[in-house]
Amino acid sequence: MMALLQRDLRLALRAGGGFGLGLAFFLMVAVLVPLGVGPEGALLTRIAPGILWIGALLACLLSLDRMFALDFEDGALDLMAVSPLPLEGVVAMKALAHWVVTGLPLALMAPVLGLLLSLAPGGYVWLVAALVLGTPALSLIGSFGAALTVGLKRGGLILSLIVLPMYVPTLIFGAEAVRRGAVGGDAMVPLLLLAAISLGSAAILPFAAAAALRANLK
Amino acid sequence: MSIWEYANPKKFMQTSTWALPWVSGLAVVLLAVGLIWGFFFTPEDYKQGSTVKIIYLHVPSAMMAVSAWFMMLVGSLIWLIRRHHVSALAAKAAAPVGLTFTVIGLVTGAIWGQPMWGTWWAWDPRLTSFLILGLFYLGYIALWAAVEDADTAADLTSVLCIVGSVFAFLSRYAVLFWNQGLHQGASLSVDAEQHVSNVYAFPLWFCIAGFLVLFVTLVLLRTRTEIRSRRIRALMSRERAGVL
Repeated sequence: MMALLQRDLRLALRAGGGFGLGLAFFLMVAVLVPLGVGPEGALLTRIAPGILWIGALLACLLSLDRMFALDFEDGALDLMAVSPLPLEGVVAMKALAHWVVTGLPLALMAPVLGLLLSLAPGGYVWLVAALVLGTPALSLIGSFGAALTVGLKRGGLILSLIVLPMYVPTLIFGAEAVRRGAVGGDAMVPLLLLAAISLGSAAILPFAAAAALRANLK
Repeated sequence: MSIWEYANPKKFMQTSTWALPWVSGLAVVLLAVGLIWGFFFTPEDYKQGSTVKIIYLHVPSAMMAVSAWFMMLVGSLIWLIRRHHVSALAAKAAAPVGLTFTVIGLVTGAIWGQPMWGTWWAWDPRLTSFLILGLFYLGYIALWAAVEDADTAADLTSVLCIVGSVFAFLSRYAVLFWNQGLHQGASLSVDAEQHVSNVYAFPLWFCIAGFLVLFVTLVLLRTRTEIRSRRIRALMSRERAGVL
C-alpha cells in the first residue's frame, strides 16, 4: 500500500501537469471573480467563503479523470486488480494520493487567496480547518466518480455531472463553517458535520469505487 | 408462485401484455376523476383563489419523483444481488419518467409560486433539494447512455444509484441546515395543523393514486421497449455472426 502511494505521489510530482495545475486553477478562480463582480471590499468579504470553496471544488474536479485513466490505459490497473492488495485498498491509496497533491496544497494556499478576496480576519483559521477536513471527502467522492467513468471515451463531462451533485453537502457545510467563522459565529457545528462527511466517505466510497472498477475491468 | 418468476423476461412480457391495458385504463380513470373533481368541483381558496388547484399536479408529481428514485434503488439492488436483467432495465426505464415528474413538480411549483410568493424561484430547502434530485437523475441517465456494454452499464448505474441515494439524502438535510424555508409543510400529514382541508384532500388522493398507476404504466411500457430493443440487438449480432 505504501509502495502504491509513493508511486502515485512520485508520478504526480514528476510527470508534470497534474500537481501544479489544480493550484493554478484555484488561483485563477480567485483572480477572475473580483474581475467579474467588481472590486468592492464589502461584497468580496461576503462572498469570499463561497468562492473559495467553489474554487477548491472545481480544482479538485479538474484532476479527477486522470486518477485511474492512465493506469487503465496501460494495463497497470489490471495488474493491481489481480495483486494481493484488495482493490478497495488501491482506491483508498489513489484517493489519498490525490488528496495529498490537490486537497492539502489547496488548503495551505487558501489563506493567500482569502487575502485577495478580502476574507474577514476571523475566517482564515476556519478556512484552512474546513478545507483540511473537507477536501478528503472531495477526493474520495471523486475517486468513486472516476472509477465509474474510467472506461468511457469522453468521461470528463459525465464525471462532472455525476460528481458535482454529490459535492453539495460538502460545499454547504464547508462554506457555512468559513462564513460563520468569519463573522465570529459558531463554526464548530458545520466543521464537525464536514468531518463526518469525510469520515463517512472514507468508510463507504472505496468499496463502491472498487465495485465500479471491477465492473469496468470485466 | 414467487415474484422472482417475473425476472424471466418472457414471463414478464406475457404478464405485462395482459396487465398493461388494465393498468393504463386504471390510470386514465383515476386521473380523470381526480383532475375533473379537483379542477371543477372544489371551491376556490379564500386566499389563493383558483391557483390552489395546481396542487393536483404538483403534489402527486413531486411524490412520484421521489418514489421513482426509490424504485430505481430497489431495482438496482435486485440487479446487483440477484442479477435479473428485467430489474436493471426497469430501473433504467424509470429514470426519465422520474426526471419528468421532477421537472413537472418544479415547473408547477414555479407557476404557483409566482402569484403566491411573488417569485418564480426561491432558494428554499425543498426547492433546492428537488433541483439537486433532478441533477442526480441527469447524472444517472447520462451514465446509462454513455456506457456501451449493457451489463457494465447496469452494474455501474446500479452502484451510482445506491451511492447517489445516500448523497441525495444527505443533501436534503444539508440544505435544511443551509437555509430556512418558505415552502409549506406536509399537505397530507396526519397532523391536523398542516393538513389541507378535506375538500381538497379527497380529489388529491385520487390524483396521487392516478400518478402512481401512471408511473407503473409508463415503467412497464418502457421496460417492454428496453427488452424488445435488447432482443433486436441480440438478433442482429447473431445475424452478423452468421448463425441465422
